[in-house]
Amino acid sequence: MSGPGPGRPLTHWRHRLAERGVDRQLWLLVPALVFVIALFLYPFFYGLTLSFQPTTGGPFSDYVRFFSDSYERGTIWITLRIALPAALLNVLAAVPIAYRMRGRFRGKRLVTTLLVVPITLGTVLTAQGLLNFLGPTGWFNRILLASNLVDEPVRLTHNYWGVFFSLVITGFPFAFLLVLSYLSGIDPTLERAAATLGADWRRRFTRITLPLLMPGLATTFCLTFVLAFSVFPSAVLVGNPAGETRVISLAAYQAAYEQYDYPYASAIAMIMGFVELVIIAVVLAARGRFYTGSTGGKG
Amino acid sequence: MSAFTQLRLDGVSRRFGGQAALTELDLTIEAGEFIALLGPSGCGKSTALNCLAGLLPLTAGSIWQDERRIDTLPPERRGFGMVFQSYALFPHLTVRANIAFGLRMRRLPKEETRRRTEEAVRLVRLEDHVDKLPGQLSGGQQQRVAIARAVVFEPSLVLMDEPLSNLDAKLRLEMRTEIRRLHQSLGLTTVYVTHDQEEALSLADRLVVLREGRVQQIGSPRELHTRPANWHVADFMGYRNLWRGRVEQLDGARATVESSGHRLLGEVVGGLQTRAEVVVAVRPEDIRVDGPGETRNAMSATVEVVEYQGRELAAEARTDTGLLLHLRTEQRIAPGDQVKLAVDPRRLLVYPADASAQPDRLTDASAATR
Repeated sequence: MSGPGPGRPLTHWRHRLAERGVDRQLWLLVPALVFVIALFLYPFFYGLTLSFQPTTGGPFSDYVRFFSDSYERGTIWITLRIALPAALLNVLAAVPIAYRMRGRFRGKRLVTTLLVVPITLGTVLTAQGLLNFLGPTGWFNRILLASNLVDEPVRLTHNYWGVFFSLVITGFPFAFLLVLSYLSGIDPTLERAAATLGADWRRRFTRITLPLLMPGLATTFCLTFVLAFSVFPSAVLVGNPAGETRVISLAAYQAAYEQYDYPYASAIAMIMGFVELVIIAVVLAARGRFYTGSTGGKG
Repeated sequence: MSAFTQLRLDGVSRRFGGQAALTELDLTIEAGEFIALLGPSGCGKSTALNCLAGLLPLTAGSIWQDERRIDTLPPERRGFGMVFQSYALFPHLTVRANIAFGLRMRRLPKEETRRRTEEAVRLVRLEDHVDKLPGQLSGGQQQRVAIARAVVFEPSLVLMDEPLSNLDAKLRLEMRTEIRRLHQSLGLTTVYVTHDQEEALSLADRLVVLREGRVQQIGSPRELHTRPANWHVADFMGYRNLWRGRVEQLDGARATVESSGHRLLGEVVGGLQTRAEVVVAVRPEDIRVDGPGETRNAMSATVEVVEYQGRELAAEARTDTGLLLHLRTEQRIAPGDQVKLAVDPRRLLVYPADASAQPDRLTDASAATR
């Protein structure tokens, strides 16, 4: 390369930047950046700094306060005990249904719509339905009583199970849609090839489809777990908010809007986020052990 | 899963909805044979292969392996190896695990699985790549893995679905030789699907030409090359000159045909009557340019387009009456040249025309009115 003539260096650095993907199209990112900064980064760091400015004591005293109080500390365990099984069940239930539904068949759209409808219901409507159906005088218990299977109504609402069912109902459609798209991303010819090589359907699933699906399942689990972990309305409406379903978001809510102790509420929110991050990190680390490359399908 | 002496397809048919993809395919495959199913896309050749593999249920007919009926067996119990067009290698398994898959499914002893996998790896010359994932291999290497995986468990029948169509021209030729070599050294009975007539002619012992789900002709490469059963097969086998005409005179196996003002003498294939509508088929390489001696079926024409193809030229020429001819010649000709053309009557085939012999399908004179 000869030395740049007059006026040329300018075009050069423009060109060099463009090669690295820096050009005017980057301005298109501005709205998204503003959105992220205003609605996520600013509130997050505001809450983070607030959590280190407790009304009394040193910077960490609100964290100490949370962990030294077993009633408060216990909310982590309570939330995990609801969110982990609910997320796991959602993913596990979605797999066989999505597996069965990945091909083309008559009425697929109808079935998919029915499975996805709960997304549109919202937590309050779901809770209302649960109370009507599973409550002490609901249809479910009336049927059990009428058929003499039980002597007194089975308690399925205003306790752990009420919240659990609510989370399954609202979380399943997400899990199902995600798993379905991951499954249709796997080239169906792979299973056909496995069949010609002598694998029956069980081994086709366990040797080929499942290993290729695992990364997708891990991601799906993370997303449904996050949804379930921040459970709030159903914990109040169909749970037992003073006892066994006093989830961590409820503790944060009470700190903020009953005690008006924003720094303490922020500390709880930070702890909540940290717990979620730990679970996600563990799941994603496990995900890395599987093949995560192209699976040849259309997805 | 044992070897057979004969595999018989008996009226095998497959419909998709109201659409017949394959109609009454009758075919007997002898052990050790290399059969090519040949035809344009949508002719039913892949359907036939999938029916054989068990990946598609039949709508009618049956498949017999000697005296055992196998069309009701699922693919995993037929024991046929299959090479897919997309290779369908398992992306999460190494080359070695891909190849060993069929042996693992058969629960063979570890030692035997290892030994036979190594053998297959050597056979397709992939010793240096056994621990790689398929995504790290080139197209040709992936193809070789797919072949090794399909033959490692010594299947009684190997099915290949256009295995070379995703490779570039040079690699395709190499792999073609490789497949033929494998077939000869292992003696595996093979059914090979392709739309490439050259590939089919060079590989197969016997060819089955399909069109619109129906068998058009079954025969040796030579039979198909020199004597296609109808003009559709001729079209497919490289008879690029297809002209409509009318029989003027019949003389046993010879007929004189009028086509676009030319009187042509040729061999009749199939039954014909005087005045019958016919299609005349001639290979481009059978049209002689300014050849000495040959005076029959002579035409004078003007060269319109010339393509350089190495030793030969491919050219289009139009006769004085407007008939368009495709020809190949070693003579140096250029657009605008006036040439004398001639065709040996033994190389000019006369077929009965059918409803689909429309001008747009044929290199017909009617285009000359433009």
